Amino acid sequence: MKKAIVFNKVKKSFGKLEALKGIDLTIEEGEFFALLGPNGAGKSTLINILAGLAKPSSGSIKVMGYDVIQDYQNARRSLGVVPQELVFDPFFNVREMLRFQAGYFGKGRENDDWIDEVIEGLDLQEKANTNMRMLSGGMKRRALIAQALVHKPPVIVLDEPTAGVDVELRNRLWQFIKKLNQKGHTIVLTTHYLEEAEALCSRVAMMDQGKVVALDKTRNLLKRFSAKNLKLRLDLKGKKIPINIQKLIQSKDHDFITFLLEEISEVEFIMGELKKTKIKILDMELTNSDLENVFLKLTGSKR
Amino acid sequence: MINFKNEFLGTWTLLKKELLRFWRVVFQTVAAPVITAVLYLLIFSHVLANHVKVYDNIEYTAFLIPGLIMMSLLQNSFANSSSSLIQSKVMGNIVFILLTPITYLQFFLAFLIASIVRGVFVGACIYLFALLYVDLPMLHPWIIFGFAMIGGALLGTFGIIAGIWAHRFDQMAVFQNFVIMPLSFLSGVFYSIHSLPPFWQKLSQLNPFFYMIDGFRYGFFGQSDVAPLLSLSIVTFFFIVLASLTLGMLKSGYKLRS
Repeated sequence: MKKAIVFNKVKKSFGKLEALKGIDLTIEEGEFFALLGPNGAGKSTLINILAGLAKPSSGSIKVMGYDVIQDYQNARRSLGVVPQELVFDPFFNVREMLRFQAGYFGKGRENDDWIDEVIEGLDLQEKANTNMRMLSGGMKRRALIAQALVHKPPVIVLDEPTAGVDVELRNRLWQFIKKLNQKGHTIVLTTHYLEEAEALCSRVAMMDQGKVVALDKTRNLLKRFSAKNLKLRLDLKGKKIPINIQKLIQSKDHDFITFLLEEISEVEFIMGELKKTKIKILDMELTNSDLENVFLKLTGSKR
Repeated sequence: MINFKNEFLGTWTLLKKELLRFWRVVFQTVAAPVITAVLYLLIFSHVLANHVKVYDNIEYTAFLIPGLIMMSLLQNSFANSSSSLIQSKVMGNIVFILLTPITYLQFFLAFLIASIVRGVFVGACIYLFALLYVDLPMLHPWIIFGFAMIGGALLGTFGIIAGIWAHRFDQMAVFQNFVIMPLSFLSGVFYSIHSLPPFWQKLSQLNPFFYMIDGFRYGFFGQSDVAPLLSLSIVTFFFIVLASLTLGMLKSGYKLRS
């Protein structure tokens, strides 16, 4: 199978700051791939180098076999990037923007049918002749995605596509993107929501501080790092939390205490210990562990 | 393999976008500078017509018009590329161009041509207004055309440099107020530089605007302070220097690709 994207020892420094410390990563054609990581992990820097918006300090990237620097025209034709910020050109309406964008890629009127298809697929018909400035945030996001698709790129990169998007639209977007994936487009998305990656992506790379710290099938990764959070509000009244459950504490915020659980059975254990010391529970909440927790485990450091 | 259809369509699309951009706000980009120039014309010609005589056989009002046209042409060529770039950078939509296979040369050509078109269009409108007011000969139309093109190109290029260099609107205002305006007013639009004290004459001779206005005026009246071919050579030299600098900046991705 052809490789959609090959990152080869990609490094990037901004002055003394090493934003990327040598990324090696291969994404196969047809994959639905997620790049996860907290803010500042280097995801966007990596995407920017891939898209030609930034240059690597060393290393190379190939998109569908084309080097993003040596053969940038073919690389960019193979790539559709949805930027993270809601950028738009206030002078034009949606359809004009899409036609311009297609034109930059050397596509003329013969491409209009595809543009109509994209507009329809993203439910933009009613807004197609509306100025970009007048669109709501969600509509702007759709227009941005449409812009990335005008030249039918085999590889589509979405940088935090669901930031600030309501649930209904989010579902529609994912349906649309899933369909593109089924048609053979390679999809790469960055996110810091584990659930999204879990629901959609077959493979996940986790980045932290400029490095890939984990690369695996989503299923395996979740199995390895599944965890739950138990958040309790306790009526301590001067009593101390028993020593054997103190080591499970992840964070304290006034009388709210969050425990990090490896297994659900630990809930019983904590309850038991609290009962023994007669500490009353005022409120409780059980949530799935978020990405932060997985990171804490992966990097072994509290930040 | 270069695919010429792709390359042409890419350049043409970017040019069309740049032209539409200023056309959508035509009141601000064309009507406003035309009205400003017409006001200059009305007031200066009224106040100075009987006091200033630059060339023996040319009325002051007629003398003034080519200078005003050229000054507006230059200012608007600069304004087109510079404001388009700074807006795209501040809004962030410059990425839509940077993500595409558009080469640095295509980028340069599209912004350059759009700038020339806006400058020449503004200049032509002022010319039409002036015709209502005074009889203006056109002795050497090709010289007029030549100076209009190279003038628009020079300032369009300078606008690209300013647009790439500036990060914020106030930095752009520095260019406008401390470069473009002084060069415009010390260029002999309103007078012949021979009427200046020696020091200011020497200074004016370093000003490329002076040569563009002087040469442009020659096209109308057949009279100038400097031989028109010398002026054209000097302006072309400035253009080649700035264009090389701009192409270098664009090729390296200076301030556009980090």
